[in-house]
Amino acid sequence: MTGKGLRAVGGRHPSRWLDPRGRHLGTWAFVLNRLTGLGLVAYLYLHLIVLSTLLRGPEAWDGLVAVFRRPVFLALDVLLVLGLAVHGLNGLRVALVGSGLLVDRHKALLVAAGVLVGLVGLVAAVRTFA
Amino acid sequence: MSEDQPRMVLLRVFRYRSGDEAPRYDEFRVPIGPRTTVLDALLGVRRLQDPTLTLRHSCLHASCGTCGMRVNGREVLACVTRLDGLGDRVVVEPLAGAPVVGDLVVDMEGFYRRLGPSGRPLVRASEQAAPELPDLERFEDCIECGLCLSACPVAATDPRYLGPAALAAAGRLLEEPRGADPAAVLGWVDDAHGAWRCHVAFECSEVCPAGVEPAGAIMGLRRRLLRDRLSRLAGLHDREARP
Repeated sequence: MTGKGLRAVGGRHPSRWLDPRGRHLGTWAFVLNRLTGLGLVAYLYLHLIVLSTLLRGPEAWDGLVAVFRRPVFLALDVLLVLGLAVHGLNGLRVALVGSGLLVDRHKALLVAAGVLVGLVGLVAAVRTFA
Repeated sequence: MSEDQPRMVLLRVFRYRSGDEAPRYDEFRVPIGPRTTVLDALLGVRRLQDPTLTLRHSCLHASCGTCGMRVNGREVLACVTRLDGLGDRVVVEPLAGAPVVGDLVVDMEGFYRRLGPSGRPLVRASEQAAPELPDLERFEDCIECGLCLSACPVAATDPRYLGPAALAAAGRLLEEPRGADPAAVLGWVDDAHGAWRCHVAFECSEVCPAGVEPAGAIMGLRRRLLRDRLSRLAGLHDREARP
């Protein structure tokens, strides 16, 4: 079927990734992987931009390091570690299950990944702020 | 409210008709009992409040798959989904990922087109036909309702993705080819928009009303494809193929 109205409503849109209604754990893992992936790519570019400060000499770099030692930036460091852990551990689960391994245990793997992410976040927070 | 009076629920129903500028939501107050289904309530709305409400249904017992829709965001068959327990305000919307024809009816053409190459293996007596299968999971349980495609987060953005139902049909065909060429089936699904496009969310299996487990079937296809690729790499494939 065709027609203006038919094409205008319904169909596909990435906004459906972020509609939480009625969704299960697997979709949340999918959404988290997408968000952390985008976040990590953004961080990579930000990191390169920050490193370029070195070209402006030691004083510029030391000033920036002093800014990044503020608690709000340290908290962002912990968030970065959490993002890495989510993306890495869930990615490992996706690779395993997606290769046809441990398919019947996919929920248990997800819970295990969640527990590990929590532990990694805890250790990162303690080591960062201690 | 006395015990004799039925409980009232507010249905917030998606409305759209070709030519409308934008969709809207209409609200209807409906009386419900403990066994009232979403479909009962919608048919009541059409009969007593708004005869223009468009929806599809047929069998009323979850075997035809025509009344698939989203209720409070979750894909369900309206004919077997009771309103009791869903809250006092229930949002009813058409399936996602397909063009809306009118109100709660979507165009299923894309869904059926994806299923076409599988030959739609509707084998009714497979228990007797294939006793050698250790874990019999009949794809013919699929009622082609489209809930899996609506729930799939990958299908939300990839119009070329074969989708859970078609891939499950392919998996079923490999279990019991009945004259079909397994290599052709594997060639069909071995594609970036086929079995490899799934991102392991398992939402299709969660919403399937017939217990088909499409996600498990997709993982089975990948296992088979990986095994074949590794065999080819190891030079075993040709030896296996020889009689």
